[in-house]
Amino acid sequence: MTRLAGGLSLGVVLLAVASLLVGPAGIGPGESLSALIRGDGGPLTLVMREIRMPRALLAIMIGASLGLAGAAMQGYLRNPLAEPGLIGVSGSAALGAVLAIHTGLAASFALALPLAALTGALGAVALVMALAGPRGTSLTLILAGIAVSALAAAFTSLVLNLSPNPFAANEIVFWMMGSLADRSMLHVWLALPFMLLGAFLLARLGRGLDALTLGEDAAQAMGIDLPRLRLMLIVGTACVVGSGTAVAGAIGFVGLVVPHILRPFVGAQPSRLLWASALGGAIMVLAADVAVREILPARDLKLGVLTALVGAPLFLHLILKLRQERI
Amino acid sequence: MSVSQHPFEVMLCRLLLSLGLAIGPGVAFSEAPGRVVSMNLCTDQLAMMLAAPGQLHSVTYLAIDPRASAMAEEAEAYQINRGLAEEIYLMQPDLVIAGAFSTQATVAMLKRLGIPVVVFDPAQSLEDVRDRVMQMGDVLDRQAAARALLDEFDARLNALRAEVAERPRAVLYYANGYTSGDQSLAGQILAVAGFSNVAVEAGFNAGDTLPMEVLVMTDPDLAITSRPYPGASRAEAILDHPAVTAFRAGRRSAGMTDRDWVCGTPYVLRAIEALSTVRDDLTGAPQ
Repeated sequence: MTRLAGGLSLGVVLLAVASLLVGPAGIGPGESLSALIRGDGGPLTLVMREIRMPRALLAIMIGASLGLAGAAMQGYLRNPLAEPGLIGVSGSAALGAVLAIHTGLAASFALALPLAALTGALGAVALVMALAGPRGTSLTLILAGIAVSALAAAFTSLVLNLSPNPFAANEIVFWMMGSLADRSMLHVWLALPFMLLGAFLLARLGRGLDALTLGEDAAQAMGIDLPRLRLMLIVGTACVVGSGTAVAGAIGFVGLVVPHILRPFVGAQPSRLLWASALGGAIMVLAADVAVREILPARDLKLGVLTALVGAPLFLHLILKLRQERI
Repeated sequence: MSVSQHPFEVMLCRLLLSLGLAIGPGVAFSEAPGRVVSMNLCTDQLAMMLAAPGQLHSVTYLAIDPRASAMAEEAEAYQINRGLAEEIYLMQPDLVIAGAFSTQATVAMLKRLGIPVVVFDPAQSLEDVRDRVMQMGDVLDRQAAARALLDEFDARLNALRAEVAERPRAVLYYANGYTSGDQSLAGQILAVAGFSNVAVEAGFNAGDTLPMEVLVMTDPDLAITSRPYPGASRAEAILDHPAVTAFRAGRRSAGMTDRDWVCGTPYVLRAIEALSTVRDDLTGAPQ
């Protein structure tokens, strides 16, 4: 188990360094790292500290958040399809963020943007979980998710199309696909407090989720307070997904793919899957963000494009597996 | 630098244009069209400059927007269209002038309905501006007015072209991080105003996005940015990124008045004049 933790942590560190070294400015690795650490106030330091550093930090934070949220929701609903992007939580968070920006609320006080996104995410998690119910089938969960995400996407597009700014309508793709291009430390500070709070809440769910694998009655007999568990899950997920989406748009499939890949390595134990998925999510988003800069450096390729390319085939694989099980 | 740097492109453009005009359905230039509708911001302005009284019937809604149009007040005198085939057909024009970026479906529909349509290509250089003025003169059968406008244009341009000893380095940085190289109208405005283009030094061309990292590393004397529109957008928010703000501190920056830059009309001279003043300030040259 420590081997898995060590391997994943090493992966995060290596990819974070790669993320700091990759960029269109074409600076040598030694030079850029020394500019980052020493800070001579020149343009190189500006590039490293204000452009690349927030990008790498946000990739880690958002990746870990999505992995953690995915693992927690899948553990609670005991359903491999529960994922913040798929069930419309990310989309609703994006709607909250777009509303805050385009009503001018985001300009009035700094935390308005993450708070609005968090509210959107909170509404979506609560709604989907109410619609699907604790013992809901995959079908009801996915249907509820489709309804919520379609609605959120439609309203997001509507708000952006109504904006007097001619550029706003083109940004629908940013909010649906997500990107870390040109983010700043400001965005890191906006998202960090909510992510820490959410991660704290979700990380404490491990014991309850382990007990839930035996069924709800058994879990209750073991002294797990299920309503409280549910509340912590809802608030925690809304915090991490909401604040991440507020600064980087909705990045899909991370919370689906990462727990699915890592589940066999942790013996399908939800409590261990939580931290493993957090590390794995950070790896996936860091890798995707390095890749978008390498594949099309000048085009701001959206992160969601890459994560969907990896995630959609896995989704098909899950369907095939479900079909086999039924037969 | 009086000719565009890609003579072949210009030649090809002209060839295509002459073909387009030659085989365009029913475009007869023997007599002047009496009722003309323009459905492109740039042809709006050229037509307003050259048309005989009463000849131009309608211009686009963009022509009355002072952020985009250098002739917003003049445009108030005309009918406004939104470039939809139905409304343009109902205006019963003798001639429709469209831009190369006008909706293809609309242009095709108007042609099917038997309305002559002339398509103008966007101007990529100052030489193109001269061509477009002449083309508009031909299309409206107002060659004399076009020649008079061109004479004035050439005289003012020559006066502005005075050789400068020192060329400060400038960068064009618009919303979404777009920049312009030499083979663009904005790039030529910059060159004639006596600046060297940092984006070209860094290997970027017209319509490329200049990554923020590269912008910060270029270290130019002047940063020219676009004026933000009302309402928020992520595209324009990058102009307030901490890295860009720090980069702009201690450096001259000029807000770019889009309307003088956006179209290949003689108004580009106004943009060049404004920039030349900034250059004189920067280099301390006598005004």
